[in-house]
Amino acid sequence: MEILGQIAALLERGEDQEVRSLTQSAMDQSLPALKILEEGLLAGMQVVGDRFRAHDIFLPEVLLAARAMSAGVEVLKPHLGKTDLHSRGKVVIGTVQGDLHDIGKNLVGIMLSGAGFEVIDLGKNVSAEEFVDTARESGADVIGMSALLTTTMPAMKQVISLLRERGLDSSVRTMVGGAPVTREYASEMGADGYGFDAANAVECVRELVG
Amino acid sequence: MQPFLERVKEGPVLVADGAMGSFLMEHGLRPGEAPESFNLSRRDVLREVAGLYLEAGSEVVQTNTFGGSALKLAAYGLDDRTEEINRLAVETVREVVEGRAYVSGSCGPCGRTLLPYGDVEPDDVRESFRRQIEGLVGAGVDVLCVETMTDLAEAKLAIEAARGVSAEIPVMATMTFDAIPRGFYTIMGVDVPSAAAGLLEAGANLVGSNCGNGIENMVAIAREFRACTDAPMLIQSNAGLPKLVDGEVVYTETPEFMAKHAAELMKLRVQVIGGCCGTTPAHIRALKRALCP
Repeated sequence: MEILGQIAALLERGEDQEVRSLTQSAMDQSLPALKILEEGLLAGMQVVGDRFRAHDIFLPEVLLAARAMSAGVEVLKPHLGKTDLHSRGKVVIGTVQGDLHDIGKNLVGIMLSGAGFEVIDLGKNVSAEEFVDTARESGADVIGMSALLTTTMPAMKQVISLLRERGLDSSVRTMVGGAPVTREYASEMGADGYGFDAANAVECVRELVG
Repeated sequence: MQPFLERVKEGPVLVADGAMGSFLMEHGLRPGEAPESFNLSRRDVLREVAGLYLEAGSEVVQTNTFGGSALKLAAYGLDDRTEEINRLAVETVREVVEGRAYVSGSCGPCGRTLLPYGDVEPDDVRESFRRQIEGLVGAGVDVLCVETMTDLAEAKLAIEAARGVSAEIPVMATMTFDAIPRGFYTIMGVDVPSAAAGLLEAGANLVGSNCGNGIENMVAIAREFRACTDAPMLIQSNAGLPKLVDGEVVYTETPEFMAKHAAELMKLRVQVIGGCCGTTPAHIRALKRALCP
């Protein structure tokens, strides 16, 4: 499937226009939408994630690739079954209350979408109630929390406590990350998973829903 | 006072100040509240912190305006008060230092990502910094400090904005690098040689690095800067990476540890040396003792 390899390669280079038109060409050739998604777009995004994790590329390349991914997904969306697009699980993400830094959190969202997860992004300054209510109402598998400020890290623990209080901690798993958050801190507060960086966060979610 | 750039050129090394945010938190800044709002409502706290650093030996004291650009203040609905906030910030520090230290106007990132990677136009970012810098320069700040930048394009827009406001105002510019296996890079992929060249080309007088993950990496970063430029340099290091000890967030590098390594910065002819996250007046006092005996 030459064309799928081309889509993946264009996505890696962040060529959103070309990804859009080649995705359309693949549809015109009657290739199944799910196959184009998995072997074209997601395959390309996987490479981008791996290269980012290996420090081979940086944030700008990832942001451009994510934009190209969305361009391709837009073409495919009407032709995909409800479960095709996000068959791998549902993740609610946000920056915790009191914290307005969202570059890292956005990157995690991009990487998770790119890996085939449905992402509900609550934005920044998200309260514990908002995290837990959204997870319950949407039937999410994982809550992913981000913090950049050392002073807002304790807000992560509040989310975990609230999940426990409501008896949801067995159905909704938790993952934490952000510049000051360490593995030790994550386990001390009782998080189920810790994402060292955005690419690693994807691995973490895979394990949690696996 | 001797003009800032003259003082930098003639030496000896200038000791700057340390962390601000944690101090504000201890004095009632609530999570989700703009630290810059203290310039409007809690100037007593800002006077106190400036006084503590002055007393510890800081000769360059920063204004509480890290997030004082119009775009960043807009996140808190305070952008229509950009000029006022920045003006009051300078006045507050100046009242305390009274000519015994240079007042440095902090200009941190605008909090948005520039096109084509993000959604904000270069012109809007430049204008956002221009409004902040009008406030700082209008109130008579001695030097500007464009800091904690990861995107060279944004740093250059801030410096250009400064140059648009005043051709004479001294500008220091720092970027924040991560240590990765192939060297020091910002998360946006800027290495030290590109940072040095780009910041100077845009019109910065001093270049260097701040924040980061500890003084030892900072010495290595300073060495890289010195290998590619003779320009005056500034370094403001974190006190290591934060760790959790008994439920409290602590930074691990002691004043003595930082001071010992900062001596290596002097050998690299770093002319302005201070602290960033996790540093306290005790760190500044130790730096002062080690660097200016």
